[in-house]
Amino acid sequence: MSILINKNTKVLVQGITGRDGSFHTGKMVDYGTNIVAGVSPGKAGQSVHNVPVFNTVADAVAATGADTSVIFIPAPYAADAILEAAEGGIKLVVCISEGVPTLDMVKATAYLKKKGVQLIGANCPGLITPGESMIGILPVDIFKKGNVGLISRSGTLTYLMVSLLSQYDLGQSTCVGIGGDPVAGLYFQELLQLYQDDPQTEAIVLIGEIGGDAEERAAQYIKKHVTKPVVAFIAGQTAPAGKRMGHAGAIISSGSGTAAEKIAAFEAVGVPVARLPIDIPLLIKKALNK
Amino acid sequence: MKIHEYQARQLFREYGIPVPDDILCYTVEEVEAAAKKMNRMTVVKAQVLVGGRGKAGGVKLARTTEDAVSAAKQILGMDIKGCTVEKVLVADAVDIKKEYYVGLTIDRNTKSVLFMASAEGGVEIEEVAKVNPDAIHKIPIDPDLGMTDFMARKIAFKLFSDIAQVKQAADIFKKLYRIFMDTDASIVEINPLVVTNNDALSAIDGKMNFDDNALYRQAEIEKLNEPTEDEKKEIAAKASGLTYIRLDGNIGCMVNGAGLAMATMDVIKHFGGSPANFLDIGGSSNPQKVIDAMNLLMSDKNVKVIMINIFGGITRCDDVAKGLVTALDQLNVKIPIVIRLSGTNAEEGLKIIKAKNLPTVNSLSEAAQKAISLVN
Repeated sequence: MSILINKNTKVLVQGITGRDGSFHTGKMVDYGTNIVAGVSPGKAGQSVHNVPVFNTVADAVAATGADTSVIFIPAPYAADAILEAAEGGIKLVVCISEGVPTLDMVKATAYLKKKGVQLIGANCPGLITPGESMIGILPVDIFKKGNVGLISRSGTLTYLMVSLLSQYDLGQSTCVGIGGDPVAGLYFQELLQLYQDDPQTEAIVLIGEIGGDAEERAAQYIKKHVTKPVVAFIAGQTAPAGKRMGHAGAIISSGSGTAAEKIAAFEAVGVPVARLPIDIPLLIKKALNK
Repeated sequence: MKIHEYQARQLFREYGIPVPDDILCYTVEEVEAAAKKMNRMTVVKAQVLVGGRGKAGGVKLARTTEDAVSAAKQILGMDIKGCTVEKVLVADAVDIKKEYYVGLTIDRNTKSVLFMASAEGGVEIEEVAKVNPDAIHKIPIDPDLGMTDFMARKIAFKLFSDIAQVKQAADIFKKLYRIFMDTDASIVEINPLVVTNNDALSAIDGKMNFDDNALYRQAEIEKLNEPTEDEKKEIAAKASGLTYIRLDGNIGCMVNGAGLAMATMDVIKHFGGSPANFLDIGGSSNPQKVIDAMNLLMSDKNVKVIMINIFGGITRCDDVAKGLVTALDQLNVKIPIVIRLSGTNAEEGLKIIKAKNLPTVNSLSEAAQKAISLVN
């Protein structure tokens, strides 16, 4: 078991003929991800890495039965691609595109909710169930199959954390990069619930950032609904207030969303917070009595 | 992106929200002429892009032209949280019966535009939120419906009982929502929205921030941008694909990814050091970016050591190494460098670095400790 994706997940790539789309399609195919189709308007009949290309998501779904889509489309058109996926019958959309306008995401997430479609991202590195399926841009070599679930708002920081976990022989069930934008798809609460219900996952790593109150909400959720051990890390402990640290979400405004508040919220519900990245595998080992 | 109060007031006017008359002035002479022209009680307000200007003495009431001149003399050139006041707004000081707060922002939790309204206006709304959170009404707006007439009225009835004022307020709320949507705003606030002695509603202060991701389709809004000196450097960095924020320390950081860049700063602080900047070189392998990044770090005279932390994903470590070697050949770098590379093509990258006899370290903790020891 795992969450969200496994070896049977049938993946469609939106923007497959673009530079990033075709490059990462190759990487995903190499990893063994079951890529069944690509979409690029006007390019039906072509193929990329032996994956057939269709004009529309609806055509691709009808022909291949794709259930999950990954989006490599420039930011101004990414929200439209999300809508097309949901309308075309896709059940899980993973949007890699960076820089999507927030109001576009407000409209897209409202539509997805109505359709009962799940979204990861935008502005995220994707997700992986090691040994089965990788959807996105994750560097696959660092992952190892195992029992730790990981949720993160950051990309490269996730890679650092995963490589540390793997070094300590702590493999992963599924790792999900949820992205750093103010309005995004699945977030800490939904994923915590999925990990809680997944028999393969024994412990959960949550990597948060300054800005917003998602971590505080996650802490409250853990207190009520999560019995598996959770350990956390918060990036931006030393970031100055009022500055946007790259991620649109990572901004401290007027004394809320600080690392100190988030750390306090987690510790209050018994979730240990690592001060250094290297502490994460050690805390997980302790939680699992390994 | 932020804009000044005078710019927000102008936008409000364009949408038909009542705003008192005002004149923007750059000199004491202009203030004198403006006060004479207005010929009534005015308020002289510093135009800076930081909050708390009232507390800092940047807003003064002026009964006469002489008052306005003396206020302008004090305010023009004054420093408010690192921003020098270069212009002031001379505005009609309306008589105030009562003050309210109205604002719109993005709510991450409900994934919608959130309308906020409070009868406790005129003060910092963050304070109200802390002390008396129930005093702020928060209403998520359905993106499909937008701000309907009934919803605008419903919110207005929470603040006003007089039906004439309810109608005025509802009209203002609908216009405010339209401004937010039309301009891709991230924050729109009227604080305070006041009831004057004539029982009319008036927006006497305004604040607007915009979504940087949407500026490509907001040419008119982008024209309003007046970046500070530090922001100009940040904008130049952005043009070369870098996200740069200057800080006070002496360890220059070059990292890929925002989260990792923040964690790198945290680790440096943890071991007692002080980062000179946040610098995210983003997720591409263009060696030119590394050269630009080195140039940027070298332009900060406080930087005593450079620490490079790369975890390759999309970014390939050998490309970073090539860019670094080129940068070092081109630039006269006299300060020490600590390099940590891992992830995609790390071995190839390390080979290139080692061939140039540059020091590398294995872990982030080790990199931070080494950088700190080199500062001292």
